Amino acid sequence: MSTQVAIELKNITKTFGSVVANKDINLTVNRGEILSILGENGSGKTTLMNMISGIYFPDHGQIFVDGKEVVIRSPKDAFDLKIGMIHQHFKLVDVFSAAENIVLGYDDGKFNMKKSTAKIQKILDRYGFELDLNKKIYQMSVSEKQTVEIVKVLYRGADILILDEPTAVLTPQETEKLFNVLRNMRRDDKSIIIITHKLNEVMEISDKVAVLRKGEYIGTVNTSETTESVLTEMMVGKKIDLNIERTEVENKEDRLIVNNMCYVNRDGVKVLNHVSFTAKSGEILGIAGIAGSGQRELLESIAGLRHLTHGSILYNNAKTGKQDNLRDKTPVQIRELGIRLSFVPEDRLGMGLVGNMDIVDNMMLRSYKKGKTAFLEKKEPRDLAEKIIDELEVVTPSVNTPVRRLSGGNVQKVLVGREIAASPTVLMAAYPVRGLDINSSYLIYNLLNEQKQKGVAVIFVGEDLDVLLELCDRIVVISSGQISDIVDARTATKEQLGLLMTKSKGDSDDDK
Amino acid sequence: MLVAFIQRAVVQGIPLLFGSTGEILTEKSGNLNLGTAGVMYVGGITGVIGAFLYEQNAAQMNTFLTIFIPILSSILGSLLMGLIYAFLTVTLRANQNVTGLALTTFGVGFGNFFGGSLIKLTDSDVPSVTLSATSLAFKKGLPFADKLGWFGEVFLSYSFLAYAAIAIAIIVSVYFNRTRSGLNLRAVGENPATADAAGINVGRYKYVSICLGSIIAGFGGLYYVMDYACGVWSNNAFGDRGWLAIALVIFAIWRPNLSIIGSILFGGLFIIHNYIPNLSMSDQELFKMTPYLVTIIVLVVISMLKKREFQPPESLGLSYFREDR
Repeated sequence: MSTQVAIELKNITKTFGSVVANKDINLTVNRGEILSILGENGSGKTTLMNMISGIYFPDHGQIFVDGKEVVIRSPKDAFDLKIGMIHQHFKLVDVFSAAENIVLGYDDGKFNMKKSTAKIQKILDRYGFELDLNKKIYQMSVSEKQTVEIVKVLYRGADILILDEPTAVLTPQETEKLFNVLRNMRRDDKSIIIITHKLNEVMEISDKVAVLRKGEYIGTVNTSETTESVLTEMMVGKKIDLNIERTEVENKEDRLIVNNMCYVNRDGVKVLNHVSFTAKSGEILGIAGIAGSGQRELLESIAGLRHLTHGSILYNNAKTGKQDNLRDKTPVQIRELGIRLSFVPEDRLGMGLVGNMDIVDNMMLRSYKKGKTAFLEKKEPRDLAEKIIDELEVVTPSVNTPVRRLSGGNVQKVLVGREIAASPTVLMAAYPVRGLDINSSYLIYNLLNEQKQKGVAVIFVGEDLDVLLELCDRIVVISSGQISDIVDARTATKEQLGLLMTKSKGDSDDDK
Repeated sequence: MLVAFIQRAVVQGIPLLFGSTGEILTEKSGNLNLGTAGVMYVGGITGVIGAFLYEQNAAQMNTFLTIFIPILSSILGSLLMGLIYAFLTVTLRANQNVTGLALTTFGVGFGNFFGGSLIKLTDSDVPSVTLSATSLAFKKGLPFADKLGWFGEVFLSYSFLAYAAIAIAIIVSVYFNRTRSGLNLRAVGENPATADAAGINVGRYKYVSICLGSIIAGFGGLYYVMDYACGVWSNNAFGDRGWLAIALVIFAIWRPNLSIIGSILFGGLFIIHNYIPNLSMSDQELFKMTPYLVTIIVLVVISMLKKREFQPPESLGLSYFREDR
């Protein structure tokens, strides 16, 4: 193995407005080496890699490729320096074959599909890829599509490959295949940077690990000289006190019982795998996990927006004393059962509110069935809108301003306000403080606590572990669609959560 | 009679072939130009204006110029229409449907205005302009066509523009499937973000294909006046051929080579009522409906087949914002 430096970053800093995404980051990758970049959500991993691949431009700092300082202003510049990035979201044309996608936009002399296909086949054989070059993308599995992306980059002669969470969408077997290919590339003196948050994979594949936390560079260690727990500590850091009030509510009842919930998405991927938990009234149940571990599907299934492949969702109705199964019921049917389920989805303007409508009209999205005449009764929703603006301190020119024009925090306040106004018995909130400033965040925490005291079963999906530990009563930790554990938030530690979150499918003893 | 029917069907079909080839080229870039009817109309009238001015002002008509001037003016007219559409939908990202429909309205109005003006200028008794000298030059067929019996009639009796229509359809088809630039264009229409990431200039591809598509469609209008209508322009005689061309795009599942057969079939269906004896006026109208009926059936069938290759370009009708990546 040579020790020639392939790429080196010195003091790279990038800010978006007032948010520091990357601060003074230093990295070195040698030829024939695999570097893992480890960090939680929002720690700046992808931003950093986007700067190497020319999508963003750093505010400060230098990048050296093969010892020479370079300026990378566009993806094309990166290509010219033989840097190739494989994004999490594939950039492929569905109706094209694998070969057509690989040659797209790359000029290598006379256009001849046969010759190009032969050339691609050589790359496949060299690194041990399995791929049918004539297969159309839309007929491919996720792993095949990923292979196309990697081969595309290699076909353009890349020597430095960046993979953004390549294993997030793969099965353990596919991951193993990918790792074999990556090892073959390492043997061929390619440099590989792989972004991940699965610790066991980091240990398995990489030579070195660089850890980022909240945009800051924590350090680089050699994989052979470290352990998973050291890495977790580097990744999550010390616990920070937030002083969120946590009250104790008496007489908790089991409100929502989720049993063996399984869900397979349209691509045939098992997103939820035998998920079981109970949400109690007067309790905030936290859901922690790496983004995309199935949180969204979980909440949407409960809300009646997705059809489960297996399992049940039982609701204990306090008023009637009956138990209803919410599985395969539509939101309207759920409401007709007298169940008041409120849902604050993560996609605020996509699922929660209609951006082009004003606050009053958005209030009516929840009460549209209430009117008795053919004409709209705007009085009540208008009062509600004014109440929300007043109580939650929404900054808006008027109630008739399209919500699209409000800032993220204010949009969230409108949405949360509307959902709470429906006096729910179950309140589900996905990342309700994402993109909010400190004050607005605390306002939301207080609102959730208030609901909890009223006896609402609150389900809170969060990403900040400190918040989860202080706000919630219990925390369900989910990893790749499976529950790793349910912990008591009063006694759990950050490291414990970190380890549970990064546990991958292979580690689980219950893999039915 | 069969020979005559095929002949008429081809002549009917050629304007549709031009229109649909142009529209396919445009749609492959992801832009649905519903203004094709207007573009073809403008292509026709600008050709007529060019020919009219030349016929009026030339003392001695030169065969080359007689053909060249109408073609050039037709190209300029339809190019201008294409540029308007491209500027609105690509640069300003206006809604493609609205822009296209507006362009059709505009094109027909433009044609009728100048058509009406020319008719006034000629002071004739009938509401039409006749350009017999130009038409004669355009209609010149192959010299040996009439010596070969039915074979000559069916295959060789057409004017050069008709053969050009078929040649263009084949060239465009080869361009899509056999060239790098064609691959790039298809990528732009399918998934512009991917094309952009691969270093393809999305805007340029859209502009060029919209403009070339418009020019090709405009030839449909020119052929209609100079050849089919024997050089006689009268307002609104072009009818709904523009829409028929758009229907043909769907019928041909976005393949110009299939469009060749489709255009002849459509042409035949369009005139078949003349060849069925004892039809009342209302029945004739019913028969004129058949091309659209066939298109609906094709739409239903390709939707049921669920084969992605038969579907329109994926981002057809959507504007591309780079920031959305």
